[in-house]
Amino acid sequence: MSRAVLIARRELSAYFRSPLGSVVIASALLLDGILFYWRSLSQRLLSGEALAEFFWWTSGVTITAALFLAMRLVAEERQTGTFTLLNTAPLREWEIILGKYLSVFAMVLILQLLSLYMPLLLLVNGKVSLGHIAVGYLGEVLLGGAAAAIGLFASTLTRSQLVSIVVGAAIVVVMLVFWVLAQAIDPPLNKFLAAAALHHANFRPFQFGILELGATAYYLSVAYLFLLGAVKILEARRWR
Amino acid sequence: MIEIQELCKYYGQRRAIGPLSARIEKGEVIGLLGLNGAGKTTTLRVLACDLLPSSGTVKVGGIDVVERPEEVRRKIGYLSDRPPLYDEMRVREYLQFAYELRGKSSADGKKRVPAVAERLGLERVIDDPVFSLSHGYRQRVGIAQAVVHEPELVVLDEPISGLDPVQIVEMRALVRQLGETHTVIVSSHILSEISETCDRLLVLRDGVIVASGTEEELSQSLLEGIRIELTVRAESSDLARILGVLRAIPDVGSAGAIAALERGARVQSFEIQAKRDVREQVGVSLLQAGFPLLAMQRTESELEDVFLRLAGGTRPNAAKSEVS
Repeated sequence: MSRAVLIARRELSAYFRSPLGSVVIASALLLDGILFYWRSLSQRLLSGEALAEFFWWTSGVTITAALFLAMRLVAEERQTGTFTLLNTAPLREWEIILGKYLSVFAMVLILQLLSLYMPLLLLVNGKVSLGHIAVGYLGEVLLGGAAAAIGLFASTLTRSQLVSIVVGAAIVVVMLVFWVLAQAIDPPLNKFLAAAALHHANFRPFQFGILELGATAYYLSVAYLFLLGAVKILEARRWR
Repeated sequence: MIEIQELCKYYGQRRAIGPLSARIEKGEVIGLLGLNGAGKTTTLRVLACDLLPSSGTVKVGGIDVVERPEEVRRKIGYLSDRPPLYDEMRVREYLQFAYELRGKSSADGKKRVPAVAERLGLERVIDDPVFSLSHGYRQRVGIAQAVVHEPELVVLDEPISGLDPVQIVEMRALVRQLGETHTVIVSSHILSEISETCDRLLVLRDGVIVASGTEEELSQSLLEGIRIELTVRAESSDLARILGVLRAIPDVGSAGAIAALERGARVQSFEIQAKRDVREQVGVSLLQAGFPLLAMQRTESELEDVFLRLAGGTRPNAAKSEVS
């Protein structure tokens, strides 16, 4: 575990020493701000509705930012040859993946913290509860964590960061449209697809400040499964 | 220290190495030689537990690389053909990171890193970012990360590649220095780069060890006897006659004409492969046949010839013309 933290620390410092971390976070915050003004402040909405609208739109930004942040984690190291250092150190694959995941998860947290001023504006000037804000952010963090795990998984598949983000985005898009497919097909598969959708039914409760254990478990499971997949890919690569 | 038995590694259907068997004793400095694509890097990656073998066994310090890879990796420091350097880090923090990554404590690292930097001549750049280093320094930092945790076995994949002549001399000295405290395996596709630094050479061709031994052992076993080059005053029409004279000398294995070693008219040069030193008889025989001898010298059996023969499957001096 301590070596996973060591890797996480190095990755986190790499985010801030290269332009990627700052550019992604700055772009995400700019987009968040524009969407907040356009969809929440410019509409004649009650403050609770404006907050729900904020969480809805910023969730898309969070997913995109998580994918961009995660795309380099393994792909870049394999491209530049630095992955050899990790691969020949006395580490298990799960320590490598956990360390890298912790770093991108920390970046998602930083992004959420920096966007906090927008809901706080609604809290100060409107009538929203702290609970709504907290649960909404929990949803953002869980969704961002799941998207980061998908991005990390995609990053283990290739040496190219470009291919990595395309693959990650493709997985996310497929999981996003599960709920559309669910409307078009018959039970019981439609219920399964609706429950497996990355955003719609699973994120909606958080958006409105409702903490649902099922949705929480869903996002944790998605993150776990994709991280497990990433570990298995690293293990398999040694045999190739 | 290392036991390799019937090691094979496949990439898909293609066999990259094997079957390969070797034994390396503790404290040896081994040179792994082969042309590009011979399987050197794959062999070293298996030894460093970067890759796992398709079949066969590899044991480092008695520990199997498949059964307990983490334990094996603790004993190994590995420099790949491209040093695994994080450009945005400073040399000191990179080495500290590499040290702690091997399960060592941060406090010990703070003492160990400056000592390793000093040993490898990195004091001047220890607080510089890695991206600002020259190629030679990058190689040194790469070696430093491989030895910072004091491994028993140091594996260096082409550490001399791309260095300038001064850096090559320094790197050879460095490898020799490492050999005093570690078992070292160093690979290269250029024989002269490592022949001076290694106790023993393993020559790889098509993923198989085709020869093993010291420089002298390889020379003696593969180059028969000695080679003599000579230049005589003769017309080109006399070539066949001169070759007849040379081949008639006892213990001369082969004789052939080569490009003239001296300028001037009526100058012909020849090369002889003989089981023993036959220079006296050559001189006498040529004089008796009426061909004045201008020059004659014995050329030592060059290791490069051995290497080319073994690694490339080509005959030494194949480019030189022969007149039968």
